[in-house]
Amino acid sequence: MNKDTGKMTDTNDASMPESDMPLPVAAFNDPHLAPAAKNVKHTERWIASFIILGALGFAAYGATYWQGGQPQVEGLTLGIGLVSIGIALAAWGKYLLPRGPFVEERHSMTSSKVEREQMVSAITDRGKLVMHRRGFLGKALGAATGVLGIVITFPLIRSLGPLPKLGLDKTNWKKGSYLVTIHGRKIKADDLEVGGIITVFPPGYEGNAVDQTVLLRASTASFTTKPGRETWTPNGYVAYSKVCTHAGCPVGLYQEQTQQLLCPCHQSLFDVLDGAQPVFGPAPRPLPQLALTIDSEGYLRAQGPYDQPIGPGFWERS
Amino acid sequence: MSQTTAQASTGSRRSANKFDRATDKAIGWLDDRLGVGSGRSLLDKIFPDHWSFLLGEIALYSFIVLVLTGIFLTLYFVPSTKEIIYHGPYAPLRGKLVSEAYASTLNISFGVRGGLVIRQMHHWAADVFVGAIAIHMMRIFFTGAFRKPRELNWMVGVTLLMLAIVNGFLGYSLPYDLVSGTGLRIAYSIILSIPLVGSYLAFFLFGGVFPGNGIIEPRMFILHVLVVPAIIAALIGAHLFMLVRQKHTHFPGKGRTENNVVGSPLYPTFMAKTLGLFFIVTGVLWLLGGLVQINPIWQFGPYEPYKITYAVQPDWYMGWLDGAMRIMPSWEFTGFGHTIPLEVLLPAVLFPGITFTLFYAWPFIEAKITHDHAVHNILDFPRYRPKRTALGAAGVAFYFTLFAASSTDVMANFFQVSLNTVLWSFRILVIAVPIVVGLVTYQICKELASVPISDEPKRSVIITRTDEGSYEMEEAEIRPGDEIDELSPIPVPAKINLDDSVSSDGDGTGSDILEDVPGIRRVTR
Repeated sequence: MNKDTGKMTDTNDASMPESDMPLPVAAFNDPHLAPAAKNVKHTERWIASFIILGALGFAAYGATYWQGGQPQVEGLTLGIGLVSIGIALAAWGKYLLPRGPFVEERHSMTSSKVEREQMVSAITDRGKLVMHRRGFLGKALGAATGVLGIVITFPLIRSLGPLPKLGLDKTNWKKGSYLVTIHGRKIKADDLEVGGIITVFPPGYEGNAVDQTVLLRASTASFTTKPGRETWTPNGYVAYSKVCTHAGCPVGLYQEQTQQLLCPCHQSLFDVLDGAQPVFGPAPRPLPQLALTIDSEGYLRAQGPYDQPIGPGFWERS
Repeated sequence: MSQTTAQASTGSRRSANKFDRATDKAIGWLDDRLGVGSGRSLLDKIFPDHWSFLLGEIALYSFIVLVLTGIFLTLYFVPSTKEIIYHGPYAPLRGKLVSEAYASTLNISFGVRGGLVIRQMHHWAADVFVGAIAIHMMRIFFTGAFRKPRELNWMVGVTLLMLAIVNGFLGYSLPYDLVSGTGLRIAYSIILSIPLVGSYLAFFLFGGVFPGNGIIEPRMFILHVLVVPAIIAALIGAHLFMLVRQKHTHFPGKGRTENNVVGSPLYPTFMAKTLGLFFIVTGVLWLLGGLVQINPIWQFGPYEPYKITYAVQPDWYMGWLDGAMRIMPSWEFTGFGHTIPLEVLLPAVLFPGITFTLFYAWPFIEAKITHDHAVHNILDFPRYRPKRTALGAAGVAFYFTLFAASSTDVMANFFQVSLNTVLWSFRILVIAVPIVVGLVTYQICKELASVPISDEPKRSVIITRTDEGSYEMEEAEIRPGDEIDELSPIPVPAKINLDDSVSSDGDGTGSDILEDVPGIRRVTR
């Protein structure tokens, strides 16, 4: 039986279950229905002024937009309009509507023991009915869906992009590559003053994220050259990969006094005069160094590609 | 059938006006088809009157603002990194080669009337969305609202926090300006740091070596505008469904038990208040969008992989991860022909992984420790749970210190100290601050809890010093708030006897029935 509690109060007939309470009816002067405001007239007045302010804000926004718009005025007018209406509505609810408090009974989420048992047995019994003496079918179905589960990942994952292969180990620097600026201009041996710095690329790859290399000119005397790199720094020119070995940001800030390169992302600091050894911060490895040479016409060129992968670490990096 | 129902209900009304008749007709029509006539309990749903319950609502309304402003933005945004020459109204960039994504974002900001306000509102709404979720989550944590039976809803909430952060990151990466492009570069390196599969994942997502083949932009776009928001919307639905089904928690107080909930009914009180809150949230976001500049991408310039600016920082909700990456020591594991970049993997992959795992597991961890498996509908005051409160405060302090560590460079500049000093300070602070905050919180809770609570509010007193130097105290006049003026809670009345000529003389039909209802008593005003 539908208990139909929402209908009427005066049909409280005997056929109703005992648990059915008569419908709560409140008199108009029940204190729970009284507004919370102490001074209702006063509250009504200031709520009204907020509503009027809101309307004015909306109208002012419309006018601003009509006149060609201006971000600050648009923000101010419509913002004030919306906030005013918001305050009016919230205050209406808080001060002029029934102050309450009202109560609602809460029922346990837990079902009766019988209901729960029936639910469990419905699942288990019918489940067993499905599989009863059909073990082979079940296993075959499991195998089939298992295969589907694997092959469905092929287009969903494998099609997304190429395999890494050796892509992370390579740059476009080759033996004899000129060092060119972002505008493609080749660098000559007397282009940079001592202490100068410039970002260079191999020709045809200007602006490339992987090839970006920072070229500096230090005074030859102050170098700590690593063994095997004696010929890499002609005339005090030294070139390092500009990709930070920590998280790959361009190592873009150069402190000329201390001759250090700083990555502005996570503040790794590299010592230019000591093979770009990290002296501070989270970077684990020196910036890879590009071996330089000066050709017969006086142009700076690479002796060869980087001798190790540039940039941050990854699993396949040995 | 429907006619008899309609007749019966209208017949019982003394003075049915137009509004009554229209409502009766509409409800009758719907009831015959959907059975809405028995849905009164939804209108009666009680919302506790405590300010802290509006935090979740702020998150909800920020999301609505995000969807609405987001739809506006999609009408103009071009998710492509293809480079074009900029010809728009912003003079300093005219003639420069920029991505279509960047150019269209400039167009929204300068070419579309009202566009800049909407764009900035969208960005502010995202920041407020994540912030409201985080503070809402703290409220749930410190009051123990996550306990049985609400563990599932806690987990849905944690998922929402995670998705909000992810979608925020995707969103601010879309304009492809210098700062967000650098953020993407860092994200690539973070994916790359995962052992075994990292390089595969990075290549699959970006289509190659960073910055890839231009595929990441449309992919981020569809994730940002469809996939993630759809999941968020569905989870918000689940969140609210569970909330309605389990009903709200409430703080201890007069008439409040484990088996009821006390407050204001959905219709009309809560509806008016929450609609007001919706307008206020929208209005404040609109004010922010119009008046407070955020993410001025035209100042950063378009993304060029070899360029960088000073003070590169993500939006605030990624700050804890950025800070963790900054203060992490440079521990890279190399061996057996492989590299594990722990300096990135630990702070940017494992740390957030552990964080969210702990968040998910917390209701179960606490139940395991306290052996408390009972149903809780009454909230804890944080001071009576000093250990949980201290742990929570320590956790908040920990993440806040990491957040502060995301501006080490700015601080070094501001305080004129070396970066090294700031870095080492933070490495120490990130451990010390949570310990101190935890211990202090514990002590404060203990002392607060030792003060007995009386049901009587404190009365104001007047203390006078006599000429002899002694003090006399007398009670002051009763002022608002000096007396508990809260009534005993009653069930929401389905009917209100609006005919005051009948009810005010104390002899009406309504008042007779009132006497029979437990909890309702007739009081003359």
